[in-house]
Amino acid sequence: MTVPTRAPDRLSSPISAGVGESAVRPDGTLKVTGEFAYSSDLWMDGMLWGATLRSPHAYARIVHLDTTRALAATGVFAVLTHEDVPGRNAYGLEHKDQPVLASDVVRYQGEPVAIVAADHPQTARRAVALIDVEYDLLDPVVDPSTALDEATPRLHPDGNLVRHVRIRKGNDAVQADVVVTADYEVGMQDQAFLGPESGLAVPAEDGSVDLFVATQWLHVDRGQIAPALGLDEDQVRITLSGVGGAFGAREDLSMQVHACMLALRTRRPVKVVYSREESFFGHVHRHPARMHYEHGADRDGRLVYVKAEIILDGGAYASSTPAVVANAATLGSGPYAVDNVTIDSYGVYTNNPPCGAMRGFGAVQAAFGYESQMDRLAEAVGIDPVEIRVRNGLAEGGTTAAGQVIDSAAPVAELVRWVHDLPMPPPSSGDLRSMPGGVSNSTHGEGVVRGVGYGVGIKNICFSEGFDDYSTARVRLELVAGEPVASVHTSAVEVGQGLVTLLAQIARTELGVQQVTIEPADTSVGSAGSTSASRQTYVTGGAVQAVCQQVRKRLLERRPGYVGSPGDMPLRELLVDGPVEETVEWRHRPTTPLDPETGQGSPHVQLAFAAHRAVVDVDTELGLVKVVALDCAQDVGRAMNPQAVVGQIHGGSAQGLGLAVMEEIQVVDGLLRNPSFTDYLIPTILDMPPMQVEVLELADPHAPYGLRGVGEPPTISSTPAIVAAIRAATGLELTRIPVRPEHLTGT
Amino acid sequence: MTRITVNVDGTSYTDDVEPRTLLVHYLREQLGKTGTVVGCDTSNCGACTVHLDGRSVKSCSVLAVQADGHEVTTIEGLATNGELHPVQRAFHENHGLQCGFCTPGMIMQSIDLLAENPDPTDDEVRLGLEGNMCRCTGYQNIVKSVRAAAGGAK
Repeated sequence: MTVPTRAPDRLSSPISAGVGESAVRPDGTLKVTGEFAYSSDLWMDGMLWGATLRSPHAYARIVHLDTTRALAATGVFAVLTHEDVPGRNAYGLEHKDQPVLASDVVRYQGEPVAIVAADHPQTARRAVALIDVEYDLLDPVVDPSTALDEATPRLHPDGNLVRHVRIRKGNDAVQADVVVTADYEVGMQDQAFLGPESGLAVPAEDGSVDLFVATQWLHVDRGQIAPALGLDEDQVRITLSGVGGAFGAREDLSMQVHACMLALRTRRPVKVVYSREESFFGHVHRHPARMHYEHGADRDGRLVYVKAEIILDGGAYASSTPAVVANAATLGSGPYAVDNVTIDSYGVYTNNPPCGAMRGFGAVQAAFGYESQMDRLAEAVGIDPVEIRVRNGLAEGGTTAAGQVIDSAAPVAELVRWVHDLPMPPPSSGDLRSMPGGVSNSTHGEGVVRGVGYGVGIKNICFSEGFDDYSTARVRLELVAGEPVASVHTSAVEVGQGLVTLLAQIARTELGVQQVTIEPADTSVGSAGSTSASRQTYVTGGAVQAVCQQVRKRLLERRPGYVGSPGDMPLRELLVDGPVEETVEWRHRPTTPLDPETGQGSPHVQLAFAAHRAVVDVDTELGLVKVVALDCAQDVGRAMNPQAVVGQIHGGSAQGLGLAVMEEIQVVDGLLRNPSFTDYLIPTILDMPPMQVEVLELADPHAPYGLRGVGEPPTISSTPAIVAAIRAATGLELTRIPVRPEHLTGT
Repeated sequence: MTRITVNVDGTSYTDDVEPRTLLVHYLREQLGKTGTVVGCDTSNCGACTVHLDGRSVKSCSVLAVQADGHEVTTIEGLATNGELHPVQRAFHENHGLQCGFCTPGMIMQSIDLLAENPDPTDDEVRLGLEGNMCRCTGYQNIVKSVRAAAGGAK
C-alpha cells in the first residue's frame, strides 16, 4: 500500500501514567506542533481533487443531467453521476434509503448529484458549475407535524414515518391533583466540528482501494462503502486520519464513497475536502423537535404521571433517526421516578436537511421538555426548582420510563444538591464588558436582571435495544531494545475525547509496563464499534482491559506457579522467549429490545446523570443574554483520567449553552439559510463563562473499572438550566430553543 | 502570477503566486505547511492564525502577496531544537486541547496576547482569544493553559 505523506502516526508518550491519573495526551505533542495529520492535511504526489455538485432544491425531479461541458474542461479527469455508481446506489446507517448520487429525485437541498476529479481544487469546483442539470421542482414537505397526514406526499416508498416508539408504563388513565401542560420546540443544531469533512482515496492495482478519512466508525463506513463500490469488504481498507471533532456528524458517510469512486475511475489518488459551507450540507444535524408534555403530580409535587408526544424531524433520509426516536421515548420522562408514563415518539421524513447523531442523541430534545415541565410543576405546587428535582429524582433501584430497573448509582438528588451548594458568582462588577451585549456597549446595567436555573439530564451509555455492541482489541507485548513495550491496536476512533490516552493508561495498569504505543486505527483489526453514545472508554476500554488480562495469562503460562500483582511481573524475563500477542472481542452485558406495544424492557446498558446550575444576566430591553456561570455536577463512576473527564464536561456544557441561546440552523421552505460561522453562531470564549465542576465517582459494578460514560450528559442538562435561568430573570415562558432576543423583548 | 519572497519559519521562499492567493493556501498547498489549518473560510474561527512580523493575523484574511518581504511564523516554526515553546507545552500539559484543530491558531494568538500582556488575568485571556473558536474544550482549559504559560496559574 502506498501511504500518503502526513499519514497517521503511531502514538506514544514519554510520561507514563495508569488508570485514574491525569496522563497527558500521546497525540498532544503532534497537536501543539502542527504535525498532527488531520484528514484535510493528507497529501500524495499526483493526487487529484474531488468536488461535489449538490442539489440547490429541497425537492425536485431531475429531468436532464449532462456532464459534457464539465468533462471537456482542461484539467478534469472524471465527472461521475448515479450511472457510474459501480455497486448499489444506496446507503444508510439503519435503512439503506440514501443514494450515493441522486438518480431521479433530490430530496433535500445539498443532496449530491455528481462528482468531479480534477488536477486542482479550483478546477474541480469550476467543472462542477459546468454540469448541466434541469430540475422539475416539487412542493417540499417541510412541516414535520403534518408529514404523516394522508394528504402529504410520500417521500419514500413506505411513507413518511421512520419510526414510532410507544411507551406505556403503568396506568394511562390515572388522574392527578396538579397538572401542567405545554408545547415545546427545539431548533436544528449543528455539530460544527472545526475540521471539515475530508479524506484521501488511493486506488490499488488490483481494483481495491485504501481510504484515509476522519470518521467515527471505520467498519460501518466500510460496510456501506464496499456494496456501493461493488467490492467485497476486504477490498476496502480504511485508516483513520486525524479527526477535527465529530460530535455525531461523522457517523454518516459524507465524501467516502465519492472519493473512492473517483480514485477507482481515474486510477489516481483523490482527495476531497469540504469547505465550511459545504460541510453544513454534507452532514446530518440534530433533529428539531416539537413536543407536547403533560405532567401530573400530587400537591407535594410528587409525579403521578408523565404524558408526551414527541415529533422529531428526520429530514430527507433515515440516518440514525430510529435510535434517536427510541432515546427520546425511553428517556422522555427524564431522571425522575414516575409510575405512569405514556409517550409517543415519532421520527418522520421531510424535505428538510437530514438529521441524525449529535451529542446527546434524542435525550437533549426530551430534556428541554421535561425539565421545563419540572419548573412549571414546582411553580404550580409552590416549591423551588431544586426541591422538585430532589423530591422526584431517580435513585438506584428505581425504574425508567421503559420500566428498566436501574442497577447502579442514579444520584439525581445528590447531583442537584451538589450544584446548588456550589458558590454563586459575585454580583455584576459593573464592567461594561461583562454585561449582556459585551463590548458593543449596549447597556450600562439598566434593564439587566439576573436569574438562576437548574437542569438535570439522563443519558443511555453504549448502544441499546439488544444491539450486539462490541469492540476488538489487539495487544502485543515484546522486548524492544531490552525493554518491555506494549502496542495496542484497535479500530476505535479518537475524535479528541482522549481515547488514545485512556487505552495507553489501561495497558500500563493491566500489564505493569511503562512503554505503550497506540497503533493507528484501521480496518486490519476487528470492529471497535462507534465513537458515539459515550461508549468508547466503556467498550474499547473494556476490550483493552480484557486483552491485557489475556496477555498476562499467556505470559504467566511461561512461569507456572507465579503469584503476584501485574505490576510485579518479571516482564523482561518472561518475554525473553518472544512476544505475546492476543486479540479479544469484548461485549458489554446484553440489553433487550423494546416491547413494540409498551416500550418496556431493559434497553440500556448504563444510565448516566449530570446536573447544571446556570446563572444569567438578561438585558430585558434588548433581549440579550449573558451566561454568568454554568456549574456542573456529574457522576462518572470512575474518573479514568480526571483532567480529560473534566474537559469533556466543559466542552459538553458549552454545546448545551449554544443550543440554549444561539445555535440554530435556519431552514425556510427546506432551504438552509445560514451555512457559515458568520451566520451560525457557536459560543466563543466570551460567551462561555468560567465553570465549577464537581465529579462524583460512584462505581458501576457492571462496567470496566466502574466507569460511566462521560461525553454526553453535560450537553443534556446545561441547556434547560440556562433557559430556566432566563425564565427566572424574566418571568417569560420560553418554550422554544434557542432563545432569541425577540422571544425576550416580545418584538 | 506575482513573484514573492517570504520568510516562513526561518526559511526564505521565493514563489510565483496568483495575486488572489490567500496566505493560508500558499502555506498549505504551495509550501506544504499543513500545520496551519482552515476551519471556516469566513475569518470567524481563527484556526489559521499565524504571525506576520511577530503579530497575529488570520492567514485566511491576508493575501500571500501581502506577505512579500515579510516574516511569517506558523505553529510549525515555534519549537526550537525539539524544545516546545512554553505556550505549546502549557496547552499540552493543561489539557488545553482535545481534537486540536483550533490549537495552532489558539497557540499563535496566545503568544501574541502574552507578548502584549505577560501576566494576564482570566478575563484578559478571554478578551484576547475571543476571535478563536474551539468546539471541544468549552475554553476552560485554554484559559488555564495561557495562564500557566504566563506563570500566573495557581
